[in-house]
Amino acid sequence: MASVSCKDLCKTFSQGDTTITGLDKVSLEIERGSFLCLSGPSGSGKTTLLNAIGGLDQPDSGSISIGELRVDQMSKTELAEMRLHSIGFVFQAYNLIPVLSALENVEFVMQVQGVPAGQRRDKAMAILAEVGLAGMEQRLPAQLSGGQQQRVAVARAIVSEPALVLADEPTANLDSKTSAQLMDLFIELNQTRNITFIIATHDTRVMAYCRRLIRMVDGQIVGDDLQEPAAAAEPS
Amino acid sequence: MSLPLSAITTLAWRNLWRNHRRTLIILAAIVIGVWAMIFMNAMMRGMIDGMVDTGITMLPGHAQVHHRDYLDDPSVVNSIAALSPAAQQALENPDIEAWSARVRVPAIISSERDNRGVILLGVDPAQELGVGFDSTDLLSGRFLESVDDTGLVVGASLLEKLETVSGRRVVLMSQDPDNEVAERGFRIVGVYEADTDAQEERFVYAGRAVVQAMLKMGPEVSEIAIVGNGYRDLGAWLPELRAALTADYQVKDWRELDGYLEMAVNIQDGFVVILAVIIFVVLSFGLVNTMVMAVFERIREIGLMLALGMRPATILSQILLEGLILLSIGLLLGNGLAVLSILPLQSGIDLSGIADAAEMAGMATTLYPVLHINDMLLSSVVVLVLGLLSTLLPAWRASRFDPITALNKN
Ligand SMILES: Nc1ncnc2c1ncn2[C@@H]1O[C@H](COP(=O)(O)OP(=O)(O)O)[C@@H](O)[C@H]1O
Ligand SMILES: [Mg+2]
Repeated sequence: MASVSCKDLCKTFSQGDTTITGLDKVSLEIERGSFLCLSGPSGSGKTTLLNAIGGLDQPDSGSISIGELRVDQMSKTELAEMRLHSIGFVFQAYNLIPVLSALENVEFVMQVQGVPAGQRRDKAMAILAEVGLAGMEQRLPAQLSGGQQQRVAVARAIVSEPALVLADEPTANLDSKTSAQLMDLFIELNQTRNITFIIATHDTRVMAYCRRLIRMVDGQIVGDDLQEPAAAAEPS
Repeated sequence: MSLPLSAITTLAWRNLWRNHRRTLIILAAIVIGVWAMIFMNAMMRGMIDGMVDTGITMLPGHAQVHHRDYLDDPSVVNSIAALSPAAQQALENPDIEAWSARVRVPAIISSERDNRGVILLGVDPAQELGVGFDSTDLLSGRFLESVDDTGLVVGASLLEKLETVSGRRVVLMSQDPDNEVAERGFRIVGVYEADTDAQEERFVYAGRAVVQAMLKMGPEVSEIAIVGNGYRDLGAWLPELRAALTADYQVKDWRELDGYLEMAVNIQDGFVVILAVIIFVVLSFGLVNTMVMAVFERIREIGLMLALGMRPATILSQILLEGLILLSIGLLLGNGLAVLSILPLQSGIDLSGIADAAEMAGMATTLYPVLHINDMLLSSVVVLVLGLLSTLLPAWRASRFDPITALNKN
């Protein structure tokens, strides 16, 4: 059963008089447990597609399902509920609440989900250790490097074990060593927890990790290839 | 769909102290506003209480019995001959602290040097001391000793105006029931002082029987002044007395007798609310401004929270909670400051520096601020409710942000 299914997605943005194409008849089937890359030049529609799948932006036409859920037909409240409980997000630019420590940022979503306090604390500590941030739990985002912040965001995204993680340019601000560590972590989570990953990137090093590589140009899918991931071989 | 209270409380508290300076400034504004509101109210209440006190001393009493035509035509003709036994009985009510049956007529007082219009009061000193006259007000000499006392007690200011002194004789002139001139000489035996010069210049006291004889009016009186135990709420004796009076006589309370006093008391009650609203309107500009800035400064993280699946209601309550915390701290400090600043003033503020102006307003020269728990509560509730309402606007706007647009704001 396909975990994510998009059919004929179209989305346009109007900016003054001009109409900009965000998505142009995008159809895509993503199986559960996939590790998939959306690649393409800047402006090709990767973020727009991720936002549509995550229920953050309604497409103009077409349908999106995640499992049994028809994302394009859900109400705002239902979408929020779905994002909270079923999807982990790593956003491109801005991910952490500045007044909360690393630990609190990870705990925050669980708090809103209603996870009991003790359980929440243990899970957050464990996941931070897993992303290599043991000992930095009490630091505020401003006291962490870009890479460390990104890993807190990843920890936050996966801590409640969502079915799906949507990551938008997760390595954009990272050096190649940190990028590699982050991708290794994604691969590991994908394999051990069967979480579906959809990663938007134009970083070729990231693409190399993916089994399935989608290529987008001008809001259209122009390539959909299966490849042997070169993952762990990447030298640091 | 319960709110994650602990999460939003942490967020609200930390966000509040993110910009220390801004928060402290608005906090100071709330504290000063609340303090001013309560402080000015206590002053106003003290002023009104002083006015009513003076007014009641002037009347005197909390209520008065008259002939039904006396208030329209306060002449000797409209006097009280005798009360019915039922009315006599009603005056024995334990809630009535004292009453005084007095003759009260307009008169001219003349010394060798000058004359003035006054109100001549023929009183029974035993009754009057609990009602219209206080022995501590006596400056020199003595008060009257009986209804037959031929002496006269006058105010210090009147004595000055008449350019005479205690011990000298003066002549009082009035009209008897047949409209004939009635006059009599009196020796000044006592001088009193009152809260206001007007009072001192207005009332002169003489023995009741002496005045009755001078006016050829028999054992009748003009009024019975009654003092209960507190002016705000008179109690059951008033309607009881009213029912016991025959049709010729009527009883009126101080509000009916002095419309100006009643107005003053009503103004006080309205003043609390008006002051609260005025100060609040000024405050709310700062508050709305602070909250709007606080919200738009963190538009991206609000977008983030919405994108992560937080409900708009959660965002709304978090920002409202911020306002609530800010207002609560401000109210606590403001109320505390008000109590601390009023307590040392409760022994009275000397207004003799502005005594003339104060007198014109019918006030005493010492102001005793009155701190009422109700005024504090009302001011606090007004600030809290209106404060939350003005936080609601930015909070509501924040909760309506489109997550993606907000998240990508620069
Ligand atoms: N909110 C928006 N308003 C106007 N144009 C937009 C908006 N979001 C995206 N676009 C446009 O849609 C196209 C696809 O954008 P995007 O999905 O962000 O591309 P990518 O993530 O691949 O760089 C771009 O041309 C972009 O300028
Ligand atoms: Mg993008």
